[in-house]
Amino acid sequence: MDYSKTSSQDSDWLYEIKAEKPLFDFNFKEIWRYRDLLVLFVKRDIVTVYKQTVLGPLWFLIQPLFTSVIFTLVFNNVANIQTGAVPSFLFNLAGITAWTYFKECLTGTSGTFTKNAGIFGKVYFPRVIMPMSVTISNLLKLAIQLSIFTGFYIYFVASGKPISPNANLLLFPAYVFIMGCTGLGLGMILSAMTTKYRDFTVLITFGVQLLMYISAVPFPMTEILEKKPEYFWVFKYNPLAQIIEGFRYMTLDTGLFTWWGFFYALGFSLLVFFVGLAIFNRTEKSFIDTV
Amino acid sequence: MSKIILTAQNISKQYRLGVVGTGTLSHDLNRWWASVRGKEDPYLKIGAENDRSKKAETDYVWALRGINFDVYDGDVLGIIGKNGAGKSTLLKILSRVTSPTTGSIKTKGRIASLLEVGTGFHPELTGRENIYLNGAILGMTKAEIKVKEEEIIDFSGCAMYIDTPVKRYSSGMRVRLAFAVAAHLEPDILVVDEVLAVGDAEFQKKAIGKMKDISGNDGRTVLFVSHNMAAVKSLCTRGIVLENGISTFEGTAEECVSYYLKGGKSELNNRQVFEDIGDSKHFKLNEIAIKNSNRNYDEPIVEDEEIVLETNLVISSESERYHVTYHLYNELGEAMFSLSNRRADVNLINGVNHLSCKFPKGFLQPGNFSLKFLLIKDRKKAIYVEDSIINFTVVNAGRELGVYMGREPGFIIPDLEWNQN
Repeated sequence: MDYSKTSSQDSDWLYEIKAEKPLFDFNFKEIWRYRDLLVLFVKRDIVTVYKQTVLGPLWFLIQPLFTSVIFTLVFNNVANIQTGAVPSFLFNLAGITAWTYFKECLTGTSGTFTKNAGIFGKVYFPRVIMPMSVTISNLLKLAIQLSIFTGFYIYFVASGKPISPNANLLLFPAYVFIMGCTGLGLGMILSAMTTKYRDFTVLITFGVQLLMYISAVPFPMTEILEKKPEYFWVFKYNPLAQIIEGFRYMTLDTGLFTWWGFFYALGFSLLVFFVGLAIFNRTEKSFIDTV
Repeated sequence: MSKIILTAQNISKQYRLGVVGTGTLSHDLNRWWASVRGKEDPYLKIGAENDRSKKAETDYVWALRGINFDVYDGDVLGIIGKNGAGKSTLLKILSRVTSPTTGSIKTKGRIASLLEVGTGFHPELTGRENIYLNGAILGMTKAEIKVKEEEIIDFSGCAMYIDTPVKRYSSGMRVRLAFAVAAHLEPDILVVDEVLAVGDAEFQKKAIGKMKDISGNDGRTVLFVSHNMAAVKSLCTRGIVLENGISTFEGTAEECVSYYLKGGKSELNNRQVFEDIGDSKHFKLNEIAIKNSNRNYDEPIVEDEEIVLETNLVISSESERYHVTYHLYNELGEAMFSLSNRRADVNLINGVNHLSCKFPKGFLQPGNFSLKFLLIKDRKKAIYVEDSIINFTVVNAGRELGVYMGREPGFIIPDLEWNQN
């Protein structure tokens, strides 16, 4: 470096630390600079979750399988909800696989600030790396769970069940994107709120559970339309119900699918994502004082 | 003259006192309502000066107020001040952990901060994996770490355990590994908290040597925050002194250290005058003071000089039945020992007593201490007891470079007799 040049003192500042909080302060260049950290966080999340467990990554499979078995037993066998030509077990597994990805993104990111206060209080890196890494590592878990879903799918097809995907399967990446965005967006909003008011941590734990029921995970939306049409609007305007229903439609060719519902869910996910990002950005500047 | 690399303008930071509760919500709503109407934040106008010992009058406190300074390329700036003077807050702002309430910091270089070593270490990962994770958290890229990997392992002296999970490491090894990663950071501006106060003497020597390398040979800019006057003197070129959130002195490191040791502008509480302790019938306690024998009451108490504890007490009658006892407590609230005039065969007299008790030099280690006062009657009954009647701080003296900069374990170093037989 040439120390003798002192002329351009006021101009070339690299960055400024100041009090104002711009609404969108999303520095892609900086996030790109920290991409290795993102990869390492994802690796850490995957590798360390089931350290010192005997079954290890098998737990990723056990959770959806057992939930599907119980759902089939309770909703389809006891409560007698019909799933048409599709085997109830596969119907439930599809719903749960999709729901789990959304849920894990939401709960995993909603504790970003409170869980990482230790690191965040000591060193700076773009905070958004944390929730991003959670979403990506959940993507890998989703891949594992999809493989078990595919396995059962093939089994049921081989045993002569009349199931097949439809052309909507091309929308698969879009659905994953919508689920991830919605989970991440809501998670970021909640993470910002929990830093100051811990009431939200309580809310999340039971809220997510209730949300699952009004998102039509354990039953098809047609069931509501038949039995309680006056409450159908709850499901129609719940973007999550639209996602779950759409996911089942493309893989199992069953249920209600409308392009309106698809774009509604897409629009909602983008809205939630950008609102979440803005709130997250505002919070990250000084959350350490209130956490 | 080199160029300005970082400039801080009017940095202030306000904190809310007390706990977050329903009151917070109403303040948040007020603040929101003010911003909706386009008005200024109503809570920015109030706020007390950051002085821990005074009772709070408002709910807000200014941890920092109006700090300005410039850092030139290649400077090693020492930031010194007592506990709670705002050093850590300033560091947090510099390292972008939190943002200032007002003001701005502009920088031309990338800042890496070391407020702690080993941030983000995951106990389940191996030493090598943690080098990468910790390095990336501190802002290095994978490629940069790869180049320095061997050097880092070498510096840490943990080569044998490098593929073992960090949870199996001793705490010393963990610190060594963490510091090794930190020492190989190459930012334009390095912000360092007192991370040097850890590790054994040999490692500290290595660490300080590395710090000197970074600042001296590589010409890197370093901001160094410390209580350790010896380290500040030997490492820094310039300094600023913070007192109660305000920058009170700026100058060379030498000047700053001596200003700080003189006690700055704040009054020390090393002399307590009492109006209402005692009754005219039996006794009256006038004053308790503690200082270095050949310094004034308003100067900080230095470890390597004799310390004298003075008691001014009036006994009305039957003085032979009374004696004075003190219990000395350390900063953890643990009793260290008791001291009494009776044991020294010094008797109280009727009328005004000027008792003095001397601690030999180097006896008390740097730290915060507190004295409990007891007036004993007939060697069995405490007729007057007062907890923490006086609190005082012993500061460390300057040390030569190269010797152990940290603190010995414990709180006192008695002068025992050693012989070579």
